[in-house]
Amino acid sequence: MSAPVTERRADRARRSRAIWLGWLFAAPAVIMYATFVLRPLLLTVQYSLYDWNGIGASTWVGLDNYRRLLTDEDLSASILHAFELIIFFSGVPVILGLFVAATIRDIAQSRLAVVARTVLFLPQVIPLVAAGIMWSWLLSTTGTANELLSAVGLGDLTRAWLGDFGTALPAVGVIGAWVLVGLCTLLLLAGMSKIDPSLYEAARLDGAGPVREFLSITLPSLRQEIGVCVTVTVIAALASFDIVYIATQGGPGNATMVPGLEIYYLAFSEREVGMASALAVALIVLVLACVLPIQRLTRDGSR
Amino acid sequence: MKTTVRENLTGRVLLVLLMAVTLLPFVSLFVTALHPSGTYPSGLSWPADPQWGNFLDAFRAAGMGTLLYSSVLIVLGVVPASLLFGTMAGFAFGHLRMPGHRAGFLVFVLGLTLPFEGIITPLYYQVRDMGLLNTRWAIILPLIGLFMPFSVLWMRAHFVTMPSDLSEAARVDGAGAWQLFRRVHVPLAMPALSSLAILLFLWTWNQFLLAIVLVDDPAKRTMAGALGAFQGQWGTDIPLLCAGALLILVPTLTVFLVFQRRFVAALLQGSIKG
Repeated sequence: MSAPVTERRADRARRSRAIWLGWLFAAPAVIMYATFVLRPLLLTVQYSLYDWNGIGASTWVGLDNYRRLLTDEDLSASILHAFELIIFFSGVPVILGLFVAATIRDIAQSRLAVVARTVLFLPQVIPLVAAGIMWSWLLSTTGTANELLSAVGLGDLTRAWLGDFGTALPAVGVIGAWVLVGLCTLLLLAGMSKIDPSLYEAARLDGAGPVREFLSITLPSLRQEIGVCVTVTVIAALASFDIVYIATQGGPGNATMVPGLEIYYLAFSEREVGMASALAVALIVLVLACVLPIQRLTRDGSR
Repeated sequence: MKTTVRENLTGRVLLVLLMAVTLLPFVSLFVTALHPSGTYPSGLSWPADPQWGNFLDAFRAAGMGTLLYSSVLIVLGVVPASLLFGTMAGFAFGHLRMPGHRAGFLVFVLGLTLPFEGIITPLYYQVRDMGLLNTRWAIILPLIGLFMPFSVLWMRAHFVTMPSDLSEAARVDGAGAWQLFRRVHVPLAMPALSSLAILLFLWTWNQFLLAIVLVDDPAKRTMAGALGAFQGQWGTDIPLLCAGALLILVPTLTVFLVFQRRFVAALLQGSIKG
C-alpha cells in the first residue's frame, strides 16, 4: 500500500523541482524584462495621472492629461499625423511591394533578382538616422529631387520639400516608404514562392489573365505575408521617431510632429512629464488597437 | 510555367527601376561627400575636383575611432547577454514547460509591439536613480530588457519544435538540467541563435532613441546616436556631413555584405515571427 504513496510523493517532489527549475531558467529574462520594461511601463501609467516637471513635487490631476490630449490641437494633431504616415509607411510599400513581387515572380531565380535582394535590403540595414540625413539632402532646395524635376521640365514644382507646410509630412512619408518597400517586396516574394505553381497553370488553362490570376490566386495565398507587412509597417509609422527627428524635428511649425517626437519634447525639453506619459500611454494603446485586429484578420489559428 | 518574353522584360525593368530608387540616396550622399567642404553642391553633379580628403576630415571630426570602440562595447554588452537570457527563457517556456509557462510567455508577447517611446520617460528617471546616466550601461541594460520579448519568442519557437525525447534520453544518463541545456540544446539551437544574433546586433548598432536620451556624450553612444550628434554639429557643412554619414554606414554595410545570405534570411524570418 505504501508504494503508490511514496510514488505520489516522489511525483510531487519532481513536480515542484520542475517548477523551480523552469522558472530558474526563465529568471534572468524575467528580471531584465520586469526591471527595464514592465516597471517603466507601470510608471508611465502612474506619471500620466500627475502633473510633474521632473524635479519638484508632483500633483495628482487624474485624467486631466488625457483630457488635454483630446482637446489640445497640437497634441491631437501629432496623432493624426501618425495616421497619415500609415498611408506612406504601410500603404505604399505593401501595394507597391505586391505589384513588384507579382511582376518579378517569374524571374525570382535570375541573377538580377539575386542582386536585387541585396540592394533592396540596404535601407533595412542602415540606421534610420542615416536614411534621414540622406533624404534631407536629397529633398533639399538644391537636392537631387528638385534637379530631376527641373530636368523633366517640372521646374515649377521644385521646393524645399521638407520645409514646406504642405509637403513636409508626405516627404517624411516618402522616406519611410523608401525604407520599407524593399522589405515588403522581399517578404511578399518569399510568400509567393510558396504558392503551388500548378495553381497558376490551371488558371492559365482556364483562360485567366494576369489580373484575374493575381486577384484569385496570389492575393488570397499571401494573406499571412500581407498581415506581417502591414503589422511591421503600421508599427513603424505610429512609433516613428528617428527619421522625423533628423529630417524635420517636427517642423515646419508642427507640420510633421508625431507622437514619438512629441513625447521626447514634452518629457525632456518642456518638462511636462505627466503629459508626455499620457501621450505615451495613448501611443501604446493605439499601436495595440491597430495591430491586434490585423493579426486576428490575417493569421490562421496556427499560433 | 510559361512566361512570355514581354512579361519577363517588364519585370526586369521594374526591378531595375526599384533598385535605382533604392540606390539613389546612397549615390547622392557619395557624390555630395566629394564636393569641397563648406559648399552647397547642387544635386547629382560630379565635382570637378573630388575631395577624397573629406572622408579623412570627417573621420577625425567625428572621432570615428572612439565611436567604433563605443558601439562595439555596447554591442558586446547587449548581444551575448540577450542571447543567453533569451535562450534560457525560451528553453524554459518551450521545452521545460513548467506550470505557469503559458501566462509567463504571454506577458513577454505583450511587450512585442511596445514602442520604445512609450517607456522612455520613466526609463530616464530610473536609469538616473541607478546612477547610470551618461554611461554605456544606460544603453546596455535597458536594451537587454527591451530585446527580451523578441528573443524569448524567437528561441521558444525553436525549442517548441525540438522532440521531447531528446531530454528524456539525457535525463536517464543523469545529466543535470544545466548540462542538458548547454551540451545538447544550445548546440542544436545554433542556427536560430545566429540569426537572432544578427538581428540583435543590427538593432543595437542602429539604436537611436535610447542613445540620445540616456547618454549626453556622443563618444559613449551607439553609432546611430553619434550620427545624430554629428548632424547637429556639422549640419551646415553638407559635404562633411555626407562623408561622415557614409563612414558611419561602413561597418554595418560591411557586416551586411559579408553575412548577406544570413542577414536576409534572418530579417525576413524576424519580421514574420515578430
